Amino acid sequence: MNKNGDWEVLPSYRIFEHTADLGVEIYGLNERELFYNAAFALFDIMTDVNLVRVRKEKRIFVEGGDLEELLVNFLREILYMYNGEGLLLKECAISEMDNFHIKGTARGEPFAQERHHMNIEIKAVTYHCVEIRKTPETWIGRVIFDV
Amino acid sequence: MGELFLMSDIRVEKLDEFRWIIPPTGGMRVPGIIYADERMMKSIEKDESLKQVANVAHLPGIIRHSLAMPDIHWGYGFPIGGVAAFDMEDGIISPGGVGYDINCGVRLMTTNLQFDEIKNRVKDLVIALFRDIPAGVGSEGSIKLSPDEEKKVLREGAGWAVKHGYGSLGDLMTTEDGGRMDGADPACVSERALERGRRQLGTLGSGNHFLEIEVVDKIFDRKIASTFGLMVEGQVAVAIHTGSRGFGHQVCDDYLARMVKRSNKLDFPLPDRQLAFAYIASDEGKEYMSAMACAANYAWANRQILMHWTRQTFEKTLQMSPREIGMRLVYDVCHNIAKIEEFPVAGRKRKVCVHRKGATRALPPQHPALPDVYREVGQPVLIPGDMGTGSYVLAGAEKAFEETFGSSCHGAGRVMSRGRAMKESRNRSIVKEMADKGIVIMAAGKKTIREEMPDAYKNMEDVVNIVHRAGLSRKVARLRAVGCIKG
Repeated sequence: MNKNGDWEVLPSYRIFEHTADLGVEIYGLNERELFYNAAFALFDIMTDVNLVRVRKEKRIFVEGGDLEELLVNFLREILYMYNGEGLLLKECAISEMDNFHIKGTARGEPFAQERHHMNIEIKAVTYHCVEIRKTPETWIGRVIFDV
Repeated sequence: MGELFLMSDIRVEKLDEFRWIIPPTGGMRVPGIIYADERMMKSIEKDESLKQVANVAHLPGIIRHSLAMPDIHWGYGFPIGGVAAFDMEDGIISPGGVGYDINCGVRLMTTNLQFDEIKNRVKDLVIALFRDIPAGVGSEGSIKLSPDEEKKVLREGAGWAVKHGYGSLGDLMTTEDGGRMDGADPACVSERALERGRRQLGTLGSGNHFLEIEVVDKIFDRKIASTFGLMVEGQVAVAIHTGSRGFGHQVCDDYLARMVKRSNKLDFPLPDRQLAFAYIASDEGKEYMSAMACAANYAWANRQILMHWTRQTFEKTLQMSPREIGMRLVYDVCHNIAKIEEFPVAGRKRKVCVHRKGATRALPPQHPALPDVYREVGQPVLIPGDMGTGSYVLAGAEKAFEETFGSSCHGAGRVMSRGRAMKESRNRSIVKEMADKGIVIMAAGKKTIREEMPDAYKNMEDVVNIVHRAGLSRKVARLRAVGCIKG
């Protein structure tokens, strides 16, 4: 609780400094939430997610050799929705997940010049210094985006 | 050897006035060498880039040194400004050592115009260029490629553009490798990359890419400058800085994921997953090389098309003929690439695979790969500054051939993260600050101008002076910006 007596809501992510690129630290109460918040962070940085509606749905299935590789591959797949298919993400649902696989759906709508604004273009999700760790309170992930 | 520095667990010793060495420790197969002076070293030590120089030295088949140019800064995997050559038999190729923007590069054109003649028209030119050249996040071009036509672009590079009326054959003479890399095979490229490539040919993109109207500000070497077509102070020139757009990014992304997947089976620990690699001689290595060549060719076609449109925009806006304007390509260089080239190693000529990630090829005079016109003076090395500060033109020199696998610096190099640039530029109008310096800027993204503000970069003069004094390239001319369009 903060000094006003309100419950403090932990931010789902924060940006950290990296000279040429954009580092993001993501939080979650469990692995699923961490992955969900990472997908949200990716699009929240790029655009105003509040203006995105649910019009299209896309199935996602991604594999990785460990949880960290899985996170990068998951974000690569989510980013391709925009870079490859021109879709903005509103929400995603993870239906199955272990350390090596993730299955779910992502929902959003096609980018439209008159309705949406791009703040910054994230060009790629890198494997550089990717990290996931568990603290007593939360799960923390760190990823660097190429911008 | 002189002073000893300890930087983020990395031991660095001063080798001579411009070189620093990281002696091999742990899994490093060769030493690291950094070109910098003492003042620059203090800035370099602030980030993780020295560790990245050491990390690259872990890779199999690396020859002689893991090198870094003075514009070195923290990248992912390889540092930006990193150069490394690998043995063709037991060496590797790494998509992370080339970078996402495969064949990101620069081309410079001179004109017959003097700044005095056009100084009242710079604003009109910038507005017209901004209208005619698609720029910005996810920008798409007016060229729509069929799947078959796209494959021709990937195989033929800048030659495809010339064949379709964008510029002339003469342009190819002064483009690195004639604007086409051998071995390009579209069959090695994913459907995703092909899909992204079809929509973006003839676009500038976003981030640090730009198209700039420049003026020759100072000539350091008149003989070489006139050979390059830089005749006199006040002469108008144009620089284009862009690469292979989403196509190159997708090629890098696809192959990196494949190689990362395999990297946990290696018999030594990889210091950073972004350094994932394939052996040059392996099927996967060959496939990446063929896909990378496709992206290199895409970028050359892209810059060729943008140059053609620039010529047309100048003609329309100034109501002058092509002959009057005389926009001639000085040279086109790539600064994110891996190439098979020949260098003297341990007293004999050897084919090696040189990775240049944020580094420019710098061939010395008499090198057989030079176009005839530059045979006597060496290759033009084009160093774009940050937004709105202009460029340097250097010429390749002997020492680069001997020490750095024919490589020199590529730009100013960032010193400030984009986030910090946004904070520090709050309550400032960068556009107005530039206008006060006589530079007209138009950008597609509001934030780009602040993120790319000049304070976010190293002083380009320092970077260029080091490669000049270290003998990697000779200073030829400096150009200042007067107009700029950004993504």
